[in-house]
Amino acid sequence: MKPTRLAVLACLSVLLCALLLSACGRQPPAQWQMTSIRGHMPDLAFKLTDDTGKTVTAADFKGKVILLYFGYTHCPDICPLTLAHLHQVMLKLGKQADDVRILFVTVDPARDTPPVLHDYVRAFDSHAIGLTGSPSDIESLVKRYRASFTRIPDKNDSGYEVSHSAGIYIFDRKGRARLLATPANTQSQLVHDLHLLIGSGD
Amino acid sequence: MMHRQRLALLVAGLILAGSVHAAQADHIHASNAWIRLLPAGLPAGGYVTLSNDGANAVSLTNASSPDYARVMLHQSTMVGGMSRMTHVDHIDVPAHGQVRLAPGGYHLMLMKAVHPLKPGDKPVVVLRFADGSTLPVDFLARPANAVGPG
Repeated sequence: MKPTRLAVLACLSVLLCALLLSACGRQPPAQWQMTSIRGHMPDLAFKLTDDTGKTVTAADFKGKVILLYFGYTHCPDICPLTLAHLHQVMLKLGKQADDVRILFVTVDPARDTPPVLHDYVRAFDSHAIGLTGSPSDIESLVKRYRASFTRIPDKNDSGYEVSHSAGIYIFDRKGRARLLATPANTQSQLVHDLHLLIGSGD
Repeated sequence: MMHRQRLALLVAGLILAGSVHAAQADHIHASNAWIRLLPAGLPAGGYVTLSNDGANAVSLTNASSPDYARVMLHQSTMVGGMSRMTHVDHIDVPAHGQVRLAPGGYHLMLMKAVHPLKPGDKPVVVLRFADGSTLPVDFLARPANAVGPG
């Protein structure tokens, strides 16, 4: 009777020690809820014009977690939906949102001038910045992240429709590609992973 | 006496015929109608849930608004990670069912507002069905970063 009790106690204490050790030991790797692209996509690099007309490069955003999204302002449904969701994510991040910038890169530079982009992104969130540039500069950034877009002439109007990659590319404070958010990801998954990324010194 | 009965029958028949041939719009009820306003006169997305209480499917074929130069029926689709917007010539509302025009799917594209609109305004959109019948619906104008009818 007594030895059995002792054995049980011993087992329990070993288990408890193990638990305590694992809790005190090194932190496990971050548990991402979205797709990790670390090592699979190049660092953030570009030279474009922001929505105030200023030339900017990736270096200007060092120290911020970056959400990179390709879109265009004459897109009345998906782009606003994505940006409205990102606004909700920013609200949920609270003060931490100050460490995040949403870079909305237009794939329609002919129509999306800096003033149009400025009014557009600011209607969604104060952390959003519109970026435009020459068609070749934009195309090379699109290609860099293996995204794509096509222009489809619109028979009903003098304009055209654009189809584009719907992913959001997420970079850490050092400009390294870390995560890919797709339309299938929920706001809470974005909040979860951004919270981890903002909090980690890495 | 006989004459009166015939008249009653005739009236009943007419009422019956009237209900059988009721306009398609009479079977459609609109709810949660809203518009996402965008700045700089950019085209806006319009959303609404259409319910059909009739025994036949009803086809939405057209829309117009006194507040916009043009309204088009559109659909957003996602194919292989690519988002695409296409023009559609009709949107079916199934018999005893409903269709949701909602962000990321079917929607109205409202182009060139006749005068500037602000959140809280209620522009009217006239929905037109395959038989030519129409249903005017008040849409609630919402800010760009809204995620629903509010």
